[in-house]
Amino acid sequence: MHVPDGFLDAPTSLGTGVVAAVGVAVALRGARKELDDRTAPMAGLVATFVFAGQMMNFPVGAGTSGHLLGGALAAVLVGPWTAVLCISVVLLVQALFMADGGITALGTNVTLMALVGVAVGWLVFVGARAVLPKRLSSIAPAAAIGALVSVPAAAVVFTLLFAVGGTAPIAFGTVLAAMLTWHLAIGVGEAVITGLVVASVTAVRPDLVYGARPVLERRELEIRAGRPVGTPNPEAGA
Amino acid sequence: MGAGHGHRLHYHGHSPVHRAPAHLKIVALVAFMLTVVATPREWYPVFAGYLAILLAVVAASGVPFGYLAKRMVVEVPFVLFALLVPFIAHGPTAEVLGLTVSEPGLLAAWGLLAKGTLGVLASLTLAATTEPVAILAGLRRLRMPDLVVQIMGFMIRYLDVVTAELGRMLVGMRSRGCDPRSPRHWPALARSLGALFIRSYERGERVHLAMLSRGYTGVLPDLAQPAHTHQPHQQGGH
Repeated sequence: MHVPDGFLDAPTSLGTGVVAAVGVAVALRGARKELDDRTAPMAGLVATFVFAGQMMNFPVGAGTSGHLLGGALAAVLVGPWTAVLCISVVLLVQALFMADGGITALGTNVTLMALVGVAVGWLVFVGARAVLPKRLSSIAPAAAIGALVSVPAAAVVFTLLFAVGGTAPIAFGTVLAAMLTWHLAIGVGEAVITGLVVASVTAVRPDLVYGARPVLERRELEIRAGRPVGTPNPEAGA
Repeated sequence: MGAGHGHRLHYHGHSPVHRAPAHLKIVALVAFMLTVVATPREWYPVFAGYLAILLAVVAASGVPFGYLAKRMVVEVPFVLFALLVPFIAHGPTAEVLGLTVSEPGLLAAWGLLAKGTLGVLASLTLAATTEPVAILAGLRRLRMPDLVVQIMGFMIRYLDVVTAELGRMLVGMRSRGCDPRSPRHWPALARSLGALFIRSYERGERVHLAMLSRGYTGVLPDLAQPAHTHQPHQQGGH
């Protein structure tokens, strides 16, 4: 899944490296607002969670499989800035410790998956959340839509990079068609899993879901009339 | 504490390659791979030279070649793509083994394979000869932002904890007749992932509190120090 060494030429790799470094630097500032001094341990654990989630393969068709990228999922759960940091660190660990994704392609991978994946996933999620009814149950479908769009968006940006600095003479249309079909299939899987995971977390701990905060703030504390203390509960016992 | 044991790729040893300072190894890896990526793919003898340099480093490190060869399987999906390139690339065609392939495509496939393989082998050599804490200290010396190094440190420290937790969940799912890969059982998988996120997040909160109670001020002590020596402000974990 990750771009290896030598796939894009050296100038393009260096260029995306600069873009990635700037993006991560901006995210470092933003994440402090989302998590204050808890940033390091919290983002570390969320990065570990994303890494574990990426280990889950799902069949895409034709005997191949894709796996969760997690950009939109992390953005909805912990906020976009922290998500950029988490995905970047996951990619850094995979490149340095697991040889997954080339070290010179690290900037490309961070740009595609951490910057484009999270930004598109988050912005589409915010747009969908604004359109859908202001209820807690709208958060999961909005997250799924964000995930669905984020994967092909990263694929399109990759195709553009490949057109600029690709090292194989393949027609732009061919690459675009192949990447889009392939990543639409992965995007569907990503959308379903992201939606289901966000739904299960909002059902149990809606306070942890960053993307649900505007909806939660609208909910008013309800005090329901209960039975007086000491009277037997008619529903209890059997 | 996860600092006592090496990660899955590390191969314990005391060779000069193991003892070399981590920051130099990282710089050497990046410089080497940038050179490889920037080398025109028609310079065949130069690539033989690169391979000879790498093999000499591996030989000096005492890491068995079989150990690295087994871990080079991460490259397989990419090799399949590279093998496809001669068939989908445009340009003049040539006959190879009775198949009609594109000539520039063949050259591109060679370039992709050679550079990608060198990248995987070089990254694996770094991972096999360098302890994770040494890589973190090296990145810090290379002026990687402190927060990124901290997040990475927490990710590496809890990687085995969280992936083992996911592993136990998957064993639980399978023993109840669920196949986590099958889309039919995605709802169950997604609830497991949701639970894993909540557990990871809450673990992060506990780690943060444990760190505060040990005097965390936003800066971690030197990670290269052995974790079991008695120092003030030592970080704790769960």
